Amino acid sequence: MAKKNSVGSLKAKRYTMDVIVHTFLIIIAIIWISPFAYLVAHSFRGGGNTTMYYSKFFPETFTFKHYQDLFTDKGLLDFPQMFMNTLKIACISCVISTFFVLSVSFAMSRLKWKLRRPYMNMAMVITLFPGFMSMTATYFLLKAFFGLDEHPERIHMALVICYCSGAGTGFYVMKGYMDTIPKALDEAAYLDGATKWQTFIKITLPLCKPMIVYQVITSFMGPWCDFIFCKLICRGSQDYYTVSVGLWSMLDMDKIDKWYTRFCAGSVMVAIPISILFIITQKFYQEAMSGSVKG
Amino acid sequence: MSNQLTKADGIRKRLENSNSLTAALLNGGPAVWLSCLVMGFGNIVAGQFIKGLMFFAIEVGFFYIMGTPIFVDAPSMTPHTGIEWIQLLPSLGDRVDGEIWNEDDFIYETVFGDRSQQILLYGVVFICICLAFIVIWRASVRSGYEAISNRRAGKKVLSFWGDIKALFDEKIHKLLMILPFMALIVFTVVPLVYMICMAFTNYSYSDSVPSTLNHFDWVGFDTFKQLFASGSALAEQFWSVLAWTLTWAFFATFLNFFLGTFVAIIINRPTTKLKGLWRTIMSITIAVPQFVSLLIIAKMFSDEGIIDKMLYNYGFVDESVRFMSKPVNAKVFVILINLWVGIPYTIMQVTGILKNIPADLYEAARIDGANAVQQFMNITLPYMIFVLTPYIITSFTGNINNFNVIFLLTGGGPPNMEVVSSAPAGHTDLLVTWLYNLSMQAQPKYNIAAVIGIFTFIVLAVLSLVTYRSSGSYKDEEGFK
Repeated sequence: MAKKNSVGSLKAKRYTMDVIVHTFLIIIAIIWISPFAYLVAHSFRGGGNTTMYYSKFFPETFTFKHYQDLFTDKGLLDFPQMFMNTLKIACISCVISTFFVLSVSFAMSRLKWKLRRPYMNMAMVITLFPGFMSMTATYFLLKAFFGLDEHPERIHMALVICYCSGAGTGFYVMKGYMDTIPKALDEAAYLDGATKWQTFIKITLPLCKPMIVYQVITSFMGPWCDFIFCKLICRGSQDYYTVSVGLWSMLDMDKIDKWYTRFCAGSVMVAIPISILFIITQKFYQEAMSGSVKG
Repeated sequence: MSNQLTKADGIRKRLENSNSLTAALLNGGPAVWLSCLVMGFGNIVAGQFIKGLMFFAIEVGFFYIMGTPIFVDAPSMTPHTGIEWIQLLPSLGDRVDGEIWNEDDFIYETVFGDRSQQILLYGVVFICICLAFIVIWRASVRSGYEAISNRRAGKKVLSFWGDIKALFDEKIHKLLMILPFMALIVFTVVPLVYMICMAFTNYSYSDSVPSTLNHFDWVGFDTFKQLFASGSALAEQFWSVLAWTLTWAFFATFLNFFLGTFVAIIINRPTTKLKGLWRTIMSITIAVPQFVSLLIIAKMFSDEGIIDKMLYNYGFVDESVRFMSKPVNAKVFVILINLWVGIPYTIMQVTGILKNIPADLYEAARIDGANAVQQFMNITLPYMIFVLTPYIITSFTGNINNFNVIFLLTGGGPPNMEVVSSAPAGHTDLLVTWLYNLSMQAQPKYNIAAVIGIFTFIVLAVLSLVTYRSSGSYKDEEGFK
C-alpha cells in the first residue's frame, strides 16, 4: 500500500515537473520568437502609419504594399539593385575564397614545407588583432590601387578583394577536416604515379565535399551580413550599396519615418534565404563532423 | 619513426644548405656574381631563357616603380618616387600648405604641402615592396646558381615547361599559397603595420594649425603614456571602458554558459516533449543575420518603441522605462539581449556533450540518494567545465571583441557625461566599438584608436596563447596522421 502511494506521488511529482518545464519552454520560445514575429507582422502592417511609433504588437490591418514599394519605388534607395549587387559580390567572392581556403588548407594539412608552421603562427597572430583596426588603412590602400574616387564602378571589385583576403587566415576548420583524411590514401596515389596536384583534385577534394559545401555557403553569406566594410568603402555611392548597408540606411534619422515598414519587409526578404542557407550549412557541417572516411 | 624523420630532415637541410645564398656566392663564379646585379643572368647562361627573362623583368619593374613619381590620385598630393616616399618616412613630411604669388596670372596659388598620412601609408607600402624584392632577388641568385651548377655537373637543366610541371607536383605549395598569401599580406598585414605605426604618432584631430590630421609627427610612446597614465581624463576614460569591457565579457560569457546549459538540460530531459522544436526555435536567432535581428530589437526597445509603449499602455509603468538611454539600464539591457543571442550557441555546443556524459555516473549518484540539483552541481557541471574550458575562453575573447551586439543595440551610448576627455566614449562602449568610433567620427583620433587596438591584441594574445598551447589540436597535430 505504502509502495503504491509513493509511486503515485512520484508520478504526480514528475507530472508537475513536466508541466513546469513545458510552461517554461513555451515562455522561452515566445521570447525567442517575438522579435521575428514583430518583424514579419510589421512588414505587412496596413494603414498609413509607416513609422516605428505604433502602439500595437500586431497591426490591425495587413497589406503587401511595403513589399511592392520596396521593389517599385526606386527613387531614394533602389532595393532590387542592392539585392543584385549583393548577389553578384557574394557569388564571386564565395568562389574565390572557397578556392583560397581549399588551397591553403591543403598546403597546411597535406604538404610538408619549410614555412608551414611560421605561416600558421602568423595567421593566428593576425586574427588576434581587432579587424576594425586595419579597416581604414585597407580602405586607403584600395582607394589608391583602384582610384575609387574617380571610378566608383570598381567598388564591387574592391569589396570582393576585401572579402577574399580574409580567406588566407580562415583555414582552420577546413584544415582540421583534411587532417582526418588518412594519409595512406595520398601515399597510395603517389605510388600509382599521381602528382600532388592530381592527388589534391582527385582524392582530397572529393573527400571534402560536405566541408566544401559548408565553406561555399558560409562565404556566400559573408557579404550579406557585412555592413561595416561595405559602408566604409561605398561611402555615399548608394548605387553600389549591398542590402545590409541599404537596410541599415533605411533607419537613418531622415528616412526612418517613411521607411521603417519597408525596412521590415526588406529584412524579411534577406533573412529568409540566409536562414535557409544557414540551416543547410548546419546539415553539412554535422555530416562533415561525423568523419571524412567512413567504415 | 621520429628518428627516421629527423634523419630525413637533416639530409634535406644539408641539400638545401648547398643551395643557400652563401653557397651560391662562394662557389658560383662570375656568372652567379653577375646575376646578383642583373637578375636572371645566371638562368639565361644556363639555358633557362624564359625564367631568366622573368627575373630580369621583375628587376626592371622594381627599379621603375622606385624611380618614377606615382600615386598622384588627388590634387593635394605631391607625386613622389618610391625612394622619396621611404626617405620622407622619418620626418613624415615638413612642407606645410602655402600660397605663392603667380606672376603671370596675378593671383595667389595654393601649393599643397606634404600629407603625413600618405607618406606613412606609401612609405610602409614601398618598404614592403623592397622586402618582397629582396626575397625574389635571393631566389633568383639561388635559382641561377642551381641552374649553372646543374649544367656544370652535366645534369639536365629544367626547362620552363619542367618548372611549371614542378609547380603542380613537388613545389605545389608555392602554387597553392601564392595568391592567398599575397592577398593576406597586401590587404591585411600592410594595413596592420600601418596602423601599428600610427600608435607612435600624434595623428588625431586637434585645433592646432597646421592641422595634425595633415601633418603629424612621430611621438614615440606619448599616446601610450596618455592613455595608461593615471590622472588624465583620457586615462580615466580608458580604464572605465576597459572595466566595462571585462565586466561585460565576464557576464556575457558565464551567464550565457550557465543559462544555456540549464536550458539544454531541460530540453534533453527524458520526458520533455518536442525536443527538436524547442531547439529549432532557439537556433533561429543564429540563422537570421545579426544586423536584422539586433536592429529590430534595438528599435523595439528604444524610447517610445513598441515595448516601452505596451508596458505603458497596460499600466505596468508610469513613465518611459528608457531601456537604452540610462547608463545602468543600458548595461543590464545589452547583457540580457546578449543572452538572447548567445544561449542558442551554448545549446548547440552543449547538447552533444551532454549525451556523452557516462550514464553510470548518474545511476551511481541516484543510488547514493543525490537529487537533481546535486547531480547537476557534482556531475554535469564539472564535466561540462572540464570539456568546455577552451570553448569558454574563446567565447570570452569573442565577447571582448563583440562588436555587433553593442554597436547595433546601443551604438556605445548613452554618452558618458562625467568624464570629459578628448576621446569620448559611451557607457556601453567596449574597446572595439570605442576604437571604431574613434577612427570613424568627424574628429578622428587615429593614434588613440591604434593604441587601443594594440592593447586589445595583447590581451587577446595572452588569453589565446594559454588556450591554444594547451589545446589538443596544437599538441597532437600529428595525432591523426
